[in-house]
Amino acid sequence: MILQLEGVSKNFGGLRALSDVTFDLPEGQILGLIGPNGAGKTTLFNSISGVYTPTEGRVIFRGQDVTRNKPYEMAKLGMARTHQIVRPLNELTVRENVIAGSCFGREGHGLKAAGKIADEVLEFVGLAPRSDQLAGSLNVGQKKRLEMARALAARPYLLLLDEVLAGLNPSEIGHMVDIVRSIRDQGVTIIMIEHVMKAVMSVSDRLLVLDYGSQIAEGTPHDVANDPKVIEAYLGDPDLALRLMRDETRA
Amino acid sequence: MSSPNDTQLAATDTKTGLSAVLAQNAGSFVGLILPVAIILALTIWPTITGKDITRESIFTIMLSIALASSLNILLGYTGYVSFGHVVFFGLGGYVGFYLMAVQGWSLWLAMPMGGLAAGLLAFLLGKAILRLRGGYFALATIGVNEAMRAFINNFKPFGGPVGMTLNFQVYKDYGGAARALSLAFYILAALTLLIVIISYLVRTSKFGLGLLAIREDEDAAEVMGVVAPSAKTWAYVLSAILPGIIGVLFFFKNGSIEPVPAFRLNFSIEMIVMVMLGGQGTVLGPIIGGVGYQSLRGFLLTSPLFKNIQLAVAGALLLVIVLFVPAGLVGWLRNRFPALRRVLQ
Amino acid sequence: MDFLLTSILDGLLLGFVYGLAAMGLTLIWGVMNVINLSHGPIISLGMFGVYLLFSGLGINPYVALIFVAIFGLLLGIVIYFVAVNRVINAPHLSTLLATFSVAMIITGLGTAVFSASPRNVDYSLGSFTLGSATIPINRIVAAALSMLITAGLYIYLRRTRSGRYIRAVANNRNAAELMGVPSVRILALSFGIGTMLATVAGGLIATLFPFTILAGGTYELKSFVIGVLGGLGNPVGALLGGLILGVLEGIIPTFMPATWVPVIEFILFVLILMVRPQGLFGAKKS
Repeated sequence: MILQLEGVSKNFGGLRALSDVTFDLPEGQILGLIGPNGAGKTTLFNSISGVYTPTEGRVIFRGQDVTRNKPYEMAKLGMARTHQIVRPLNELTVRENVIAGSCFGREGHGLKAAGKIADEVLEFVGLAPRSDQLAGSLNVGQKKRLEMARALAARPYLLLLDEVLAGLNPSEIGHMVDIVRSIRDQGVTIIMIEHVMKAVMSVSDRLLVLDYGSQIAEGTPHDVANDPKVIEAYLGDPDLALRLMRDETRA
Repeated sequence: MSSPNDTQLAATDTKTGLSAVLAQNAGSFVGLILPVAIILALTIWPTITGKDITRESIFTIMLSIALASSLNILLGYTGYVSFGHVVFFGLGGYVGFYLMAVQGWSLWLAMPMGGLAAGLLAFLLGKAILRLRGGYFALATIGVNEAMRAFINNFKPFGGPVGMTLNFQVYKDYGGAARALSLAFYILAALTLLIVIISYLVRTSKFGLGLLAIREDEDAAEVMGVVAPSAKTWAYVLSAILPGIIGVLFFFKNGSIEPVPAFRLNFSIEMIVMVMLGGQGTVLGPIIGGVGYQSLRGFLLTSPLFKNIQLAVAGALLLVIVLFVPAGLVGWLRNRFPALRRVLQ
Repeated sequence: MDFLLTSILDGLLLGFVYGLAAMGLTLIWGVMNVINLSHGPIISLGMFGVYLLFSGLGINPYVALIFVAIFGLLLGIVIYFVAVNRVINAPHLSTLLATFSVAMIITGLGTAVFSASPRNVDYSLGSFTLGSATIPINRIVAAALSMLITAGLYIYLRRTRSGRYIRAVANNRNAAELMGVPSVRILALSFGIGTMLATVAGGLIATLFPFTILAGGTYELKSFVIGVLGGLGNPVGALLGGLILGVLEGIIPTFMPATWVPVIEFILFVLILMVRPQGLFGAKKS
């Protein structure tokens, strides 16, 4: 198991954003994390990656208790993530962004070695022609790929992807899904939060469904899609039901 | 692999591509050429003209460059606004001056002690107030400076409100007062060169990249693995040591030290103005800013038209820069002419 | 013991004025997250406003406050549009420097016009004795007016539409905009009210102590301290912060030399910033 969560809960004041989340993630899998808006998905990412300290429960990463770790400690241990709302280092170039990912990530390379890795990774995500541009000047799709490149350059064991498909057009989505698959094929374990159902269904080995901070289902995409509890949770959110329908018609 | 609109846009990118090629051919220290050349030119200028008055005004310019460059490591690279940076100049100056005036130490030993005191204060403060973000940090630095000034004002060993003076005899060890003045100038020139080189090395190092990442987005930087608390603290310490050393030198040359000139809040703000004027986050910016600000000040103070309202004119100029050229002169040039980026570090 | 009581009473009376002086700073800070570094020179302008109206035109200083208030409001709106509006969303450094350059302009022009020599408003209402203490009536009037203005501001922020808009913008500017609040106008108005409070406080201080064009700087530093004591954007918090500071300034000299007052004040300031940057009584803004 690369990651184990044991009864992880997170409170904000009186509000319980996560309650008793427990799961094991085997190495080399893609775990899709789905659920209606406000279900606590990003909170779960933050609790795993050290941005938040869980109120209760334990997070175990590669056999080590990391519940109280800081984000930078998690990065050094081999966890990398992207953000739902992209956070490029705007005044640095694309290449410098990715170099930073490599320098401060798990392998902690020097600038030279990091530069090589950055060039490889930028080639891989298709941003090589923009290496010397300022990150702030990219469009949203490119910024998402930059986030991905930065996370990959850290050579993580576990990659947390927070809505990397949101806001992309259909051809970009296809491209990004290919990237995610080939990252998994290189042996990196992935957890991805996603609203684009078709994509997450097709790419995930397993799915975990959150609703109001609790996990209401876990299993293969097929099982989860037919789980009455999941359907109920989603129908309770007209926004999402609408989006799902739109996805269906588009496909 | 790459999407269609990517290749299409790549064609328009030849400008940045060209600059990259230029950069690779130009060698890695090209960004240091201009800064070092300016410092060296300033250093030999008084020798060429042979006038003491020139040396005095260049001393002031050099002082500005050194302090602004130090502050730039924190302000420009790390993105933390210290409004009370003069506290390191003042404290370093006081510690060194005490050692020279009361304990009879030589300037050579007192200077590093001043730097050490300033660095130590920055280290302790770093642990305490660098957690504060944005305006709160700026306010805390003002508070620290005011508290320090008020404390020194009451601190008997440092002479309280009257401060301390150096016995004139002390200068004899350095070949008399005139020689001591000239010595102070060359020491300052060497220190200025040193801080500019340090600034460049930080800017182009992995440590510096971490600082820039913190400046751009501290939370994202931590997620990427930048150990922000310690990186910030070391940036703070690095930006404090040179002002501490220079404080000793300045008050040695001055012959006396008092709380008010040692911890003058406006001096801190002048440093910020110089960094902004030239361009924060660049090696060259604080140099240009220091020269520009002091020349402007000199001009305003001597011009009959602006003499009385020099502060107001300087304020109006600052406002224009903040509103319309926030990247400063060097930053503006870098954005306007990307091909110059390597030269204008 | 009697001496201590007098000190506390003195400090309390002064504390009301300190609180009023800080109110403008904390209002602007709380509403738009801008630390107004021109606060001190604006306080000085208030002092000189009352001085000129009183010495030049013979207007009663307390009546002069009304004119000074109007001037302060307009001045603040002008400053907002000239110096602040353009950088309101930029990093902190920009607004700090923009308002500081305004401070330089005011101080520079003020020094050229008024020189740096001390002035005073020679208008005494006499004094009365309470036990062994002699209290100038000017101070009591200043304290009472400060309280009155605080109450007025409090009611304005709660009861009027523009006041509620100000609180909405302070709470969440984006959400307020979405709900149709004209945020730029509200920000300008807030800045105007903030500087109005500063000029009025300056005017009141002018009836108590002699002053120069640089005198506002002291009150600006005190306002920072009060801001972190009392929290941001809340007039009552500022008044409480002012009272605490006033009482501290009254009491400390009975235990140690008065020159230690600023040491303790600023150490306290930094400590509170470290522990509770939102202020002792405040509960907002990160």
